[in-house]
Amino acid sequence: MDKPVIYSNDLTKNFGSFCAVNKICFEIKKGEIFGFLGANGAGKTTGIKMLTGLLTPSSGEARVAGFDVFTESEKIKKNIGYMSQKFSLYNDLTVNENIRFYAGVYGLSKKEIKIKKKELIAKLGLEDVQDTLAKELPLGWKQKLAFSIAIIHQPKVVFLDEPTGGVDPITRRQFWEMIFDASAAGITVLVTTHYMDEAEYCDRISIMVDGKIVALGTPKELKNQYNEEDMNSIFVKLARG
Amino acid sequence: MNTSAPQPPFAVQVEDLVKTYAQSEALKSISFNVAHNELFGIIGPDGGGKTTLFRILTSLMLPTSGNALTYGYDVQKDYKEIRKIIGYMPGQFSLYQDLTVEENLQFFARIFGASISENYELIAEIYDHIKPFKDRRAGDLSGGMKQKLALSCALIHYPKILFLDEPTTGIDAVSRMELWSMLKSLKKKGVTIIVSTPYMDEALLCDRILLMQEGSILDSNTPKGIINNFQKQIVAIETHNNKESIKGLRRLPYLDSVHTFGYEIHATSTETIDTPQLKNDLEKMGYQDINVRNIEPTIEDCFMDLMQNNESHG
Repeated sequence: MDKPVIYSNDLTKNFGSFCAVNKICFEIKKGEIFGFLGANGAGKTTGIKMLTGLLTPSSGEARVAGFDVFTESEKIKKNIGYMSQKFSLYNDLTVNENIRFYAGVYGLSKKEIKIKKKELIAKLGLEDVQDTLAKELPLGWKQKLAFSIAIIHQPKVVFLDEPTGGVDPITRRQFWEMIFDASAAGITVLVTTHYMDEAEYCDRISIMVDGKIVALGTPKELKNQYNEEDMNSIFVKLARG
Repeated sequence: MNTSAPQPPFAVQVEDLVKTYAQSEALKSISFNVAHNELFGIIGPDGGGKTTLFRILTSLMLPTSGNALTYGYDVQKDYKEIRKIIGYMPGQFSLYQDLTVEENLQFFARIFGASISENYELIAEIYDHIKPFKDRRAGDLSGGMKQKLALSCALIHYPKILFLDEPTTGIDAVSRMELWSMLKSLKKKGVTIIVSTPYMDEALLCDRILLMQEGSILDSNTPKGIINNFQKQIVAIETHNNKESIKGLRRLPYLDSVHTFGYEIHATSTETIDTPQLKNDLEKMGYQDINVRNIEPTIEDCFMDLMQNNESHG
C-alpha cells in the first residue's frame, strides 16, 4: 500500500477556549477526490489552513505530501496547489501575467513557464484573451484557468475551497471534469462545496459538525448508512448536530 | 399598512431595459413583469446581470435605456418614493459592524420613520433567533446571524417589495432551507419578494422565475412551465464508473448533450432515446451495473439546454 498523501490523526485547533477543529482523523490516498463538507462555521476553513501549512495546529498530527504540518510547513506550501472562490487570479494582471506570476511562485524555471503557458492557453482555448485582464474574463473561465494554474507545478495535492460558487451549470461541470482528469493523473484533490450534487462526484466525503467529523465514507456508503437517497438529505440530517 | 393610494398594475414592470458599462453590456434589452405578492426568482450564474438589474430597480443606478417601474414609480424620476417602499438586502453584508444588533435595527427603523414595535410582527420569526445577542456588535455575529439581522433591517419599515440579491450564495444547504422558509412566511404577510440566486434547485421554491445568462433572459415562466417546455428527451444513467462512462456516452451519435448530474449522468436527444439500445451500447463499451431511466428534466437541465441554444444562435 502507498502511504496516504494526506494523513490526519486527532488534528485539533483551539482558539482560546473555543475548539474550532476537534480531533479530526482521515487518510486520503493518491489521486483520490475527497469532499470536505460542513455547514458554515463547522471548522472546514481552519482545517484547510492547518493542512496547507498556514496555521499551526494545537495538537494531534498530520502529514501532507509527506511533510509534517508542525515542522515542515514551508515544504508543504511548495508541494501543494490552492485555489478558492474568493482567491483565484489577480484581477489586475492579464491572463499571461497571472500564469507567469503563479508559475514563478511555484518555482518553475523560465523555460518551463514558457512551455507550460503555451500548453495551458491552448488547452483552455484562451488564445484570444491572453492579454486581457483577469477581471474581464467570465467567472467560469477564470475559475478553470485558476485551477489549471493551481496544478501547473504538478503538485501532489490540490486544495479547492468552494471553487465553483456562482459558476454557470455547464462550466461547473466542465470544471469537475478537469478535477476528474487531475485525479486520474495522480493528483490528490481536497475540495469543499455547497453544491450537494458535487458531493456525489467525490470518491469519499467527510462531513464536519462543530469541529468534529461526524460522517466519513463514499457517497454510496453514507447513503446506505443514513438510509437517504442523496447527499443533500444526509447533509441536512447531520449538519446541525 | 392600509395606504389609500391605488395599487399599480404590477409590483415591477420592466420594458426593454438596457445597461451598458464602458466595456460590456450588462443588460441586453430585457422585459418582464412581477405581480403583487409574488415570490419571484431571478436565477442565473454570476455575471448574468442580476445585481445590475437589482440596482436599477432599487433606484441605485440609472439604466442606459428602457423603462422600469417599481411599484408604479419610475426608477429614474421617482427614486425618492421607491426608496420608501422597498426593502433591499444586497449581496454583501452592509450593516454597521460597530453598532449592536439592536442599534442597527433601531437605526434602520428610524431612517424610514418607522418604529420597531409597530412592525415587529413582520420580523418576529426572524429576529427572535438573534434577539438573545441584541447587545452584540453586528461585526461579531456569525454569517447566519448577520444575514438574519440584515433581513430584519430590510423589513423593519414593512416594505411592499423586498429585494434580496443572492441571499444564499456561499451559505450551506441547511441555512439555505431556513432562509427559504422565512421567505415563504413573509409572502403570506403580503410582501412581494424578488430574490436572485445562482442555485438552480431554489427555482422550484419560487412562484415564477426568470432565467438569466449574460444579460439576457433565457426564459420566464413558472418553474413547472419551464420544465413542461423542455423539448427534448432526457434520460438518467448510472454505471459502475460514471466518470469514464461520460466519455463513452459522448461518442454515441444519437445523444445531444451528456452532463454529470450528482450520482447520475443526464443525456438528452431531440429524437426518442431507445433506452434498451443505450444500455446495450454501454455494455458493449465495457461498462457494468448500468441503469438507464426516463426522467423529467430539472430546472438545471432546462437552463443548460437554453444556454446551449442561446450560444449556438449568438
